Amino acid sequence: MSQSTHAEKVGVSIRSATKMYGAFCALDHVDLEVKAGEFVSILGPSGSGKTTFLGILGGFVQPTSGAILLGERDITLEPPHKRDIGIVFQNYALFPHMNVAENVTFPLRARRIPKSGWPAKLKAALEMVELTGYGNRKIHELSGGQRQRVALARAMIFEPRLILMDEPLSALDKQLRESMQIELKHLHRKLDATIIYVTHDQREALTMSDRIAVMRKGQIVQIDTPEQLHDNPVDSFVAGFIGEATLVPVQRVDEHSVTLAGTRLVSSKPVPNTIHLFLVVQSEKITVAADGDTSGPNLLTGIVHETLYQGESIRIFLDLPGGERISVRVPSNHTGRTLMKHPGDRITVRLHPDDTVVVPQAS
Amino acid sequence: MAISSAVDPSVLHERREQRLILMLLAPALLVVIGLLIVPLCWLAWQSFRQDGGFTLAHYARFVSDDVYWRTFLQTFRIAFVVTVATLLLAYPVAYVAASASRRMSILILAMVILPFWTSVLVRSYAWLILLQRRGLVNSALDGMGLIDQPLILVNNELGTVIATTHILLPFMVLPLYAAMQKIPADLMMAGSSLGGSPAHVFWRVFLPLSLPGVLAGTVLVFVLALGFYITPELLGGGRTYMVSMLVSRNIELYSEWGAASSISVVLLLCVFGIFRLASMIIPFERIMGAR
Repeated sequence: MSQSTHAEKVGVSIRSATKMYGAFCALDHVDLEVKAGEFVSILGPSGSGKTTFLGILGGFVQPTSGAILLGERDITLEPPHKRDIGIVFQNYALFPHMNVAENVTFPLRARRIPKSGWPAKLKAALEMVELTGYGNRKIHELSGGQRQRVALARAMIFEPRLILMDEPLSALDKQLRESMQIELKHLHRKLDATIIYVTHDQREALTMSDRIAVMRKGQIVQIDTPEQLHDNPVDSFVAGFIGEATLVPVQRVDEHSVTLAGTRLVSSKPVPNTIHLFLVVQSEKITVAADGDTSGPNLLTGIVHETLYQGESIRIFLDLPGGERISVRVPSNHTGRTLMKHPGDRITVRLHPDDTVVVPQAS
Repeated sequence: MAISSAVDPSVLHERREQRLILMLLAPALLVVIGLLIVPLCWLAWQSFRQDGGFTLAHYARFVSDDVYWRTFLQTFRIAFVVTVATLLLAYPVAYVAASASRRMSILILAMVILPFWTSVLVRSYAWLILLQRRGLVNSALDGMGLIDQPLILVNNELGTVIATTHILLPFMVLPLYAAMQKIPADLMMAGSSLGGSPAHVFWRVFLPLSLPGVLAGTVLVFVLALGFYITPELLGGGRTYMVSMLVSRNIELYSEWGAASSISVVLLLCVFGIFRLASMIIPFERIMGAR
């Protein structure tokens, strides 16, 4: 698993991939270019076409039309075992009748790699996932996190040109999931491999990815870096899916301003020229103005509906005069606590023009 | 210390529950004891009796009389061939049933089980008609010009094996299907994505995971074939002599209850031995499909 073996790492191009199941279109002309060494997440709710997309990449589903290229090679019609793609499955898919070492060396045996080369590769793979010395363990003796690592080691040992991960952390508890996310990110850097990661967890995607492709109804709606996706969503679907956003209907005034319940809000980004517009209110981007502070633009006044103390932060639900309820998050430090109000209190909040994001309604 | 003398209510509850379970089991237990355990003991007792006294003569015949051990040998041979034949026929059927869509697998299993609901006697006669000298099989082969003279398919060991294989097929298909259905599909997907050709994945992943079903079906079919009676009687034509027939001859022709009992006891011990061996590999409950 030396660096030199990954010199031939390649990118992936998915060109107009379409999958029809009868009249139902599971995947609708999807285009995606993944650069060599890139970590790209496919993010979407269930039923958005993620699984079909993964099936087409892995070779388990034949696309109705379109092409998949691994580097220069067209693999659209290649069977799964000739694709050279390491897949980490949702439920690990470890072979229960084999121990850890047998599971991890399965790809070597399948590829008829001479046995003399196995021990070094096995050692390196187990070291990579910090399971040194676990070779003889039975699968049922392992914890969820350890199984996850075995699945990773097995998918990496044959130095595949692409690694696919299908919600690999969804079966783990929150704490383990978060530490595995960081570990996967480090592993990606160490391996320098191309990774496509399928998930429905936006936080996971934001944490790990170089770029995120958001899917909806069989199409990629937006593909961008986590920052771009969070700060500049293309429509109300992406905006509602990323972060902790409330979407509030607004009316367009001009290129850089909208009105919300009679209040004019200025945005530093151009406002789309359509009728159905939404203001994306990310709860952490709103600041609570100190009492009597009414300077600057984009001030909104509302009645506190409820406050929730959530440990590291306080979440305030605020009812605006127009009837919309937005959520505001303030840190639970001293300043935050002095701002904490009681239901029925009237407070003023401020939205910076840079954070005033207006999106069109998703089609 | 008034408290210590009082019985813990949870213990009382547990006792009540045990009594209830015993009461629910009682009818079945009585039937098993009355109709199985007692007659078996009587059978064993009979095998050591002759003319009102104790004897080992019935067992001595297993050594002295070569008809006895030859019959056992032929019975085991037939049971073995039948088991191998059912396994080879049933494995692909179960595989298709387990990997097909739900509707399709129900259809396949229905076709496997349907003949099961017809009496063994009827099915054995049906095979007699199909396999006889001028039966359907011979006339078809003759019509296709594949044979010059009719094959002797019946009144011999071959006929017995063919019919017994057919009759016992469901006992192989069902445990195989049950085992295969439990193999998660993503294991096969994982196997092929990791570079395993379909043959490699089958050999290294599917087959080993289906082995509990293979063992269960093998034990069931082998044990059932050991005690088969009607089919070899009808299709064996007197040339095939199985243990069950030895028992029936001893009673019908010679009224030798002692001899018949000793043969039954030996066969029963053989079956126990087979189950014991099999349960060393996988637990008995799984052979019977309980888990």
